[in-house]
Amino acid sequence: MKRERMYGIMAEFDSAQALIDAAKRTHEAGYNKIDAYSPFPIEGLAEEIGFHRDEVPLVVLIGGIVGGLTGYLMQYWMSAVDYPLNIGGKPYHSWPAFIVITFEMTILFAGISAVFGMLALNGLPMPYHPVFNVPRFSSASKDRFFLIVFSSDPKYDAAGTRSFLQGLQPRSISEVPS
Amino acid sequence: MDEQSKMTANAQETPVMEPGYTFGTVTEKISAIVLTRPASNGWFVGFGIAFLMTMMMLYAIGYLFLKGVGIWGVTIPIGWGFAIINFVWWIGIGHAGTLISAILLLLRQSWRNSINRFAEAMTLFAVACAGIFPGIHVGRPWLAYWLFPYPSTMGVWPQFRSPLMWDVFAVSTYATISALFWFIGLVPDMATLRDRATHPAARIIYGMLSLGWRGSARHWHRYETAYLLLAGLATPLVLSVHTVVSFDFAVGIVPGWHTTIFPPYFVAGAIYSGFAMVLMLAIPIRKIYNLEDFITELHLQNAAKVMLATGLIVAYGYGIEAFMGWYSGDRYDAFTLWNRLHGPYAIPYWSLLVCNIFIPQVLWIRKLRSNPVALFFVSLVILVGMWLERFIIVVVSLSRDFLTSSWGMYYPTRWDWMTYVGTIGMFLAAIFLFVRLLPMISIFEMRTLLPEAEVKE
Repeated sequence: MKRERMYGIMAEFDSAQALIDAAKRTHEAGYNKIDAYSPFPIEGLAEEIGFHRDEVPLVVLIGGIVGGLTGYLMQYWMSAVDYPLNIGGKPYHSWPAFIVITFEMTILFAGISAVFGMLALNGLPMPYHPVFNVPRFSSASKDRFFLIVFSSDPKYDAAGTRSFLQGLQPRSISEVPS
Repeated sequence: MDEQSKMTANAQETPVMEPGYTFGTVTEKISAIVLTRPASNGWFVGFGIAFLMTMMMLYAIGYLFLKGVGIWGVTIPIGWGFAIINFVWWIGIGHAGTLISAILLLLRQSWRNSINRFAEAMTLFAVACAGIFPGIHVGRPWLAYWLFPYPSTMGVWPQFRSPLMWDVFAVSTYATISALFWFIGLVPDMATLRDRATHPAARIIYGMLSLGWRGSARHWHRYETAYLLLAGLATPLVLSVHTVVSFDFAVGIVPGWHTTIFPPYFVAGAIYSGFAMVLMLAIPIRKIYNLEDFITELHLQNAAKVMLATGLIVAYGYGIEAFMGWYSGDRYDAFTLWNRLHGPYAIPYWSLLVCNIFIPQVLWIRKLRSNPVALFFVSLVILVGMWLERFIIVVVSLSRDFLTSSWGMYYPTRWDWMTYVGTIGMFLAAIFLFVRLLPMISIFEMRTLLPEAEVKE
C-alpha cells in the first residue's frame, strides 16, 4: 500500500566519524541529492555530500560595501548638499569626520547581511520539514547523526537505496514520508 | 621538567571541561536547567529584589520625566554627571561579552565555549542599561529620536562632525550586532530545547525560536561561515565602540579630556570591567547550578589573567596622563593632575587608584586566581574602581576648567542614585530570567569540545 511518494530514506549513525564515512561512501556511490544532519558542525562533512559553493562571504561583502557607501554618501548629502551648516569653520564636506559613521554602517550592514543572508540561503525559518516526521530524528539535536538520500536523486530506488544504506551499517533506517 | 611539559601538565590539571561527558550528558545537563529544574526559593527572592530595584528605576525615571533633569545633581558647569558616568560604565562592561565571543573565537581559544553565551547575554543587558542614560539625559526624552537622521518636516539633519553623533551610530550598531550574534548562536540550541521540551507551550516557543533548525550539513557550513564573519566584524566593532565613547571626551578641549591616550585606555578599561562582571556572574552561577565541570578553574584563571593584563594597561594610561600633565608644560593640565590628587575630589581619585591598580595586583598570586571567593571580591573592587574612574573623568575635569569663575561642584542627588542602582536591578533581573529561560552555556559548542567530536577524513 505504499503508493505515496517518499521524501527519502534516512540512516542513523552513532558517531560523527561513522556519519562522515557513510556520507563519503554514499556520495562516491553516485548519489548526489543527499544530506547529513548532526548535532554540531563537523569539519569537512559538507564537502563529503557535495556542497562546495558557500555564497555567504559574497553576501557579506556586498552588504559591507553597500553599508559603507550608504554611510558616507548619507553624511555627504546631508552635510554638504541638503543642509550645509558652518560648524566651527570646517568644510561642509569634512571627510575625516565622516569616517567613523562610515565604518559603523559598514559593520552594521555586513553583519545584518551575514545573519539574514545565511538564514535566507539556508531556507530558514522553515517550521515544517519532512525529516521531522521521523520520530528518531529528535536525537539529531542531541547525540545522533543522520544521513538521508532524497527520492529526487536520479539513482534513487526504494529497495536498492535501502539495501545500500543497510550496507553502511547504520544503527537504524527510516523512511521519510513527504 | 622542561617548560613545555610543565605547561602541558598544568593544562592537564585544569581542563576546559571535566572528562567523562558525552554528547548526551552535556545536552541533558545544560538543557535540564531550563526544562526540568524547578525554580528555587533563592531564585524567586533574587529575582524579586532585582525586580523591585527595576521598579525603583522606573519610578525615578517617571519622576524625572515629570520634573526634568533639575532633580539630578547636574548643574553648569557639570552638565554630564551620573548619566554619562553610568553610560560609559555599562557600555564598558558590555565589551567583555564581545571580546569572549568574537576575539577569542578568532584566536581559537576553545575555553570560550562555556562562557560565551552568558557573557554575550551580559553584553546585551549591559548595553540596554547603558542606552537608557543618554536617552533620559537629553532633557526632552520624548525627542530623543532627533539623534537619528530621519527625513523630518523641519528640513534639518544631525551634525555629523560631532563625536556625540558618532556615538549614536557606534552604540546602536553595537547593540544590533551583539543581539544578532547572540541570537544566531542560540538557534541550534533552541532546536535542542524544542526536541527535549515536554510542555506543549515550551515546544512551540522554542520551536519558533529555532527557526526550524535541523542541523543539515549545508546549513552548518553556511552557519559557521556567517558566525566566523560576524566574529571578524564584531572584533573591530567592539574596539571602535569604546574608542568612539572616548572621543566624546578627547575631542573636547577641557583639561583632563583632551588626550590621545584615551581610546586605547578606554578600551582596556572596558575589557577590565567587563571581565570583572563576567567573573561576578560566573562564580555564583557555576556554584548554584553545579556547572563547575564546564566552567572550570581554567576559566577563572584565564579571566583573572585578562583582568591583570588590561588592568596594567589602565595603570599605564593613568601614568601617561600624569606624565603628560607634567611634561606638556601646560599649566591647566598640570593643575588637573594636582587637583585630582589634592582637590575636592581627592578621595574618589585615591580610591580609584587603590581599586584599579593596587588591589588587583594580588592576581599575580596563583592561589588567589583559583580561589572563587577571592576573585569575586577582587572583581567587585574593580567594578567599583572603574565606576570611580568615569566619575573622575567626567566630574573633576568639568568642575575645574580654565576660569575660576566657571568652577563648580557636583553632588549627586537621591534620584541619581535611584536611577543608577535601579539599572543594576534591571541588569540582574534580566540575568535571572535568562538563566531560567535560555541555555546559559552553548550546548552545541560544548559538544565540539568532546573527544568523540573529532573526525578524520
